Amino acid sequence: MTSKFGATRIGLVQFPGSNCDADCIDAFKRLFQIDLKLIWHEETSLPSALSGLILPGGFSYGDYLRSGALASISPVMQVVKAFAAKGGSVLGVCNGFQILTESHLLPGALLKNDSRKFICEYAHLAVAPGESLYHRKLKDRTYKVPIAHGEGRYYVGAEGLKKLQANGQILFQYGDEAGVLSADTNPNGAVAHIAGIVSANGRVMGMMPHPERASSEFLGSADGTSILEAFLETVG
Amino acid sequence: MNYEVIVELKPEVLDTQGRAIKEALQRLGHHDLKSVKVTKRFVLEIDGKEADAEKLVKKLAEEHLANSVAETFQTKRL
Repeated sequence: MTSKFGATRIGLVQFPGSNCDADCIDAFKRLFQIDLKLIWHEETSLPSALSGLILPGGFSYGDYLRSGALASISPVMQVVKAFAAKGGSVLGVCNGFQILTESHLLPGALLKNDSRKFICEYAHLAVAPGESLYHRKLKDRTYKVPIAHGEGRYYVGAEGLKKLQANGQILFQYGDEAGVLSADTNPNGAVAHIAGIVSANGRVMGMMPHPERASSEFLGSADGTSILEAFLETVG
Repeated sequence: MNYEVIVELKPEVLDTQGRAIKEALQRLGHHDLKSVKVTKRFVLEIDGKEADAEKLVKKLAEEHLANSVAETFQTKRL
């Protein structure tokens, strides 16, 4: 099977402590025939002609200071920021999302879960209102995708939340299988049930759940496939 | 010169560690304990002129040691 994305050049940034990089490599190879270009955290330039970048999950720099804080000031993130500033597409999953907020590429912060427990379970994601490419591609259904984090409680102040809502930047919210949000469907205590958001230009997306781990029915869910495909569509 | 930077969560942000510690201590029978707040303390050793050092400490605290979305900080010369 060949994929329409086969020629797309996507980079995957590896930090000391990244541990979902291999899952991403497998998912993009198996689903889209894309060989991710690996980029070490000490790099000060990106491989040529990249269309998109992925920041994988894990515990970069041991989560020292705050999750994602030290990665956000690593050499490679300076070029990632420049890539995003030019309108490049960046996908951050779990620790990648934490790195994106710490780098100010996305607003808000990810704090310790309100249950104080590391949570590893399936979540059901509802798509919030919005007009980004991600919203248009993913709306009108829910996605069963696993979460695995101790610090995934999305936090933003009241003003910041209003701005996210007004701009249609909230992408995923924790809900039930039908996409209904309730007090029982907020595993980590996130503000407004937020599981994932996009940047104002819709090109930078961060999410705590792991779409790359939901890329095969054999492993329990293939719902992440559409999410990864939506990322590839943002790169054009 | 040594400087201290104390970083803490804003009052409106849930301090999960503080809550866990408070609840555990209350279970021991310390019912007069009303709350526990967990903070981070950094000690920075800085070279150069005092005025420059103070500026640098503030800059590092503001941009890196604290996350202004959820935290506040205080600095002090030791």
